[in-house]
Amino acid sequence: MNTPPDMLHPELLAADDAHAIYRDGHRLDHAEAASKPLRAQPEPQPRGAKVHGNRPIDQAEAAARFIAAPEHEKMHDERLWDLRQKRDREMRGIAEWEELRSLASAIKEHTLTHLDQYLEQFEANAQSNGIHVHWARDAAEHNQLVHGILRDHGAKSLIKSKSMLTEECGFRHYMASVGIEVIETDLGERIQQLDNEDPSHVVVPAVHKLRTDVAEVFSRTIGTDPANSDVHYLTEAQREATRPLILAADAGMTGCNFAVAETGTFVVCTNEGNADLSANVPKLHIASIGIEKIIPRLEHLAVFVRLLSRSALGSPVTQYTSHFRGPRAGGEMHIVLVDNGRSERLGLEEFWTSLKCIRCGACMNTCPVYRRSGGLSYGATYSGPIGLIIDPTSNAHKYSNLPFASTLNGSCSNVCPVKINIHEQIYAWRRELVKRHEVPFAKRIEMKAAGELLSRPAAYRAAIAAADVALAHLPRFVIYNGLNAWGRHREVPHPPKQTFHSWYQANRGEKQ
Amino acid sequence: MRIGLFIPCYIDAFSPEVGIATLELLERLGHEVVYPRDQTCCGQPMANSGFNAEATDTKALFVRNFSGFDYVVAPSGSCVQHVRDDFDAIEQTAEVKEVRSPTVELVEFLHDILKVEAFPWARFPHRIGLHHNCGTLRRLGHQTPSELHEPFFSKPRDLLSKVAGIEFVTPARPDECCGFGGTFSVFDEVVSTKMGYDKVSDHARAGAEYIVSADSSCMMHQQGCAERIGLPIKFIHIAQILNGASA
Repeated sequence: MNTPPDMLHPELLAADDAHAIYRDGHRLDHAEAASKPLRAQPEPQPRGAKVHGNRPIDQAEAAARFIAAPEHEKMHDERLWDLRQKRDREMRGIAEWEELRSLASAIKEHTLTHLDQYLEQFEANAQSNGIHVHWARDAAEHNQLVHGILRDHGAKSLIKSKSMLTEECGFRHYMASVGIEVIETDLGERIQQLDNEDPSHVVVPAVHKLRTDVAEVFSRTIGTDPANSDVHYLTEAQREATRPLILAADAGMTGCNFAVAETGTFVVCTNEGNADLSANVPKLHIASIGIEKIIPRLEHLAVFVRLLSRSALGSPVTQYTSHFRGPRAGGEMHIVLVDNGRSERLGLEEFWTSLKCIRCGACMNTCPVYRRSGGLSYGATYSGPIGLIIDPTSNAHKYSNLPFASTLNGSCSNVCPVKINIHEQIYAWRRELVKRHEVPFAKRIEMKAAGELLSRPAAYRAAIAAADVALAHLPRFVIYNGLNAWGRHREVPHPPKQTFHSWYQANRGEKQ
Repeated sequence: MRIGLFIPCYIDAFSPEVGIATLELLERLGHEVVYPRDQTCCGQPMANSGFNAEATDTKALFVRNFSGFDYVVAPSGSCVQHVRDDFDAIEQTAEVKEVRSPTVELVEFLHDILKVEAFPWARFPHRIGLHHNCGTLRRLGHQTPSELHEPFFSKPRDLLSKVAGIEFVTPARPDECCGFGGTFSVFDEVVSTKMGYDKVSDHARAGAEYIVSADSSCMMHQQGCAERIGLPIKFIHIAQILNGASA
């Protein structure tokens, strides 16, 4: 199952890499590491989906541009496939892996079906730990609430760790509009912030960028040498630029991976330790928590922690699994519990189990369409398979094309550590979107015509005969014109002399 | 045993040799095989695109064609999986249920039901790479998918192991999707064909002379991709090999 060397992108090869770092005889090959000298003309980074207000996102168009940048596409596909392989290796090391998945799924389903009780239990216990607990119905309420807390403390700058919930809320843009400086402390997220781009992946937010893209962003924003794309140089430069901001920040913010109802505490998992900096350096710590992050008891955490990083990055555990239990002496801790469409989703019979998601990104890493499209092609907070089933719940019109960006291959459901039936929900969303008239008119006409033809045997036979003749006799330029989506990038099938049907008539005609 | 032969629309139109091999193989194994002449399609193209209402008449026709057989057998896992798992656009009458449950894919039929032990007439002295249609793999359960921590088995490989001369090669990503995906292949054609190029290249790198599959739809797409990038790899359906095709 090892990838042969000729399939690897040059950036992932160790053989001729003078800059590679070794420890105990092993090359350090973190997903975002490994470095080589810059080539003369780096391939420019393809940008994400074009967003025009509420118009449906054209994922296929953005994906085609990503594929048209072969260096990026190849690196992206191979880097994420590498994560998938590492995940498989970890999985094989755990005999009870499939049981763990079932257990994690059952805990989440139980919690989601008793969510009101567990949320109130969590709130009461957190309050008795000395934490201030707030409730936000939607993104706007969340942003205003956090702004209010910061204003009360006279805070002008905020360091924060990675949080998909704050991406959902458009938090950075809001903070910019009220004059508060936000500094992302996750390296990948900081790269994306400096490039004014959304994260393209829930765990590795800048995975679609080559080193040369990062060198370009940093040279433009923090003054690094534009000709130097050495990973260690760039990381160190970022560290030097950001540390003073972290030390001087007025407030810190984190997301949350798991909130434990029985203890009123919460857990944040990172690999860079940046959540701990964000939470512990300033006196004020605010945590934004989606209401689906609750688990009933501390012992349940063991199930999820064993699954999370193995599924996400193929590592046994995240470098840091930090438990936050209350404010430090002299400090203050606030939690904002955010709904933002979750209660509504909980009421959708076919789609509520998408709330089990623990944001590991395994479905993205395994998705052959995502790996070749880049996360920004989805034009939404959540990309990849989980995005296809979450995004339409927030806006079925704008994200109406997304559930079609899938071959329904089902690999996503199999890697999901909480056993969300992702591909079945993608299929169900297609039906739902047709029902809601959110599918292009031309497609509807096409499908209606197909349905009529395929339900009338005689008409169907006549059409097939005509199609055979057409394929056999039309000149090549007619078959491969720009309107024929089959033939643009692949050859059309060679038409046989006769269909099975006519062969049967000719050879077994006496039967029946 | 009376078998209804279900020849999916694209096999009828583009790969009649697969239908012929299936018919001959089942007859060779001593079964009465009937091909209902009025069959067209199972309705999957419409249903997979979300158009259930547009698929109802086609599905009703399917049921009329295939009522009353002991088994309905098709050389296409994708279509069988659709009939068995997703055929809910029409009312689930007793007749509909009686057609759905005995609808089986050829490999399942040979491996699980007939439990065929030998194909003495078959010989295929070539290096082959197996391709699994995703629905056939993960929903019909032809083979253990690479994502799951479960004991390994492979039904198509078991059957092909009984064919003299065959040599298996394994691509680096053994069950990665080839990008066909039904209507996905035309609505998302750039991603679809990129996946196809990668898939056939992976098989070629592993040394496959032939890509062998129980699904012609994936192979039709892959063949188009291989020809476009000039890859001299050949394609053959498992029914043809088991029926004794030598090349």
